[in-house]
Amino acid sequence: MHELSIAMSIVDLAQEEAARRGAKVTAVHFKLGALAGVVKTALMSSYEMACEDTLLQGSQLIVEEIPVMVYCSRCQMRRPLSSIQLFCCAECGTPTSEVVQGKELEVVTLEIEE
Amino acid sequence: MIAEPRLVEVRKNVLKKNDICARTLRDRFQAAGVLVISLVSSPGSGKTAFLEKTLTCLRKDYRVAALVGDLATENDALRLARSQAPVKQITTGTLCHLEAAMVETALGDWDLSQLDFLFIENVGNLVCPSSYDLGEAVRLVLISVTEGEDKPLKYPTIFNSADVAVITKIDLAKAVEFDWTAAAASIQAVRPGMEVFKVSAKSGEGMEDFTKFVSARLTQMRAVPAV
Repeated sequence: MHELSIAMSIVDLAQEEAARRGAKVTAVHFKLGALAGVVKTALMSSYEMACEDTLLQGSQLIVEEIPVMVYCSRCQMRRPLSSIQLFCCAECGTPTSEVVQGKELEVVTLEIEE
Repeated sequence: MIAEPRLVEVRKNVLKKNDICARTLRDRFQAAGVLVISLVSSPGSGKTAFLEKTLTCLRKDYRVAALVGDLATENDALRLARSQAPVKQITTGTLCHLEAAMVETALGDWDLSQLDFLFIENVGNLVCPSSYDLGEAVRLVLISVTEGEDKPLKYPTIFNSADVAVITKIDLAKAVEFDWTAAAASIQAVRPGMEVFKVSAKSGEGMEDFTKFVSARLTQMRAVPAV
């Protein structure tokens, strides 16, 4: 259960930005990769806890889930993954470990009120 | 009048701090010529027994040391100390994983250039450690024959984040009717091409293959000039 420490990092990051701009953050847009090892529901409830008594109290966490993309050596391009239990190109079935997308834990944008 | 909410772009990775710390460690390890190998697994899969055996085997020819993460006790460090190798405990409290900064702190004043191998034993957990880079050169994921062949399918993220799989307690394989084919298939499904070692820390079976592998990796690493 490391979602709380991830949530606290999000709050820290957003607070820094809010303080720098002297603004109030109302929402945080966050990219969560399917291979980041973080559970969305646990992150959402941890976020609420992490926001308590901070400048972000009452703000919303808006999570965009990012699917895993791999590089397929046979197709020679980015392809979706068959499934998280099967690291193969979804198009041609060639096994691949080369993940090019899906590990995101990224604060993308903030909604602020000045 | 209430101002309209405005969108500001941030684009920051929340683990950036850890990633930067891990990168600094990796450069330091490379410059010192020490091969750093981390171990992850579920609790009870035999990380400590495997590590104790590995340290004992490697100590004959190499300078080895270990950092060991544990929630509350120092039992693992005491066990590993029997191998005569320098061992330091990182007690994480309630934290379920190691982070790069903890490794950096634990290293303290150790002179890394006096080492060939440094092992980092993570907290027993197959979920949380997957997100945290520790600056290691090789990440081992351990699975014991008593755990079930589909463990990789249940925890694909951590198996995918690892470089090498080690199947432990193989002296018990027969007793638990371990299905080698199914285990190999589930490992290859989540990490195609992954190298797999089969060991018993108790009988010593398979340990030589593993120590040969890490010795080769050390030679390989040192052949690349430090940047």
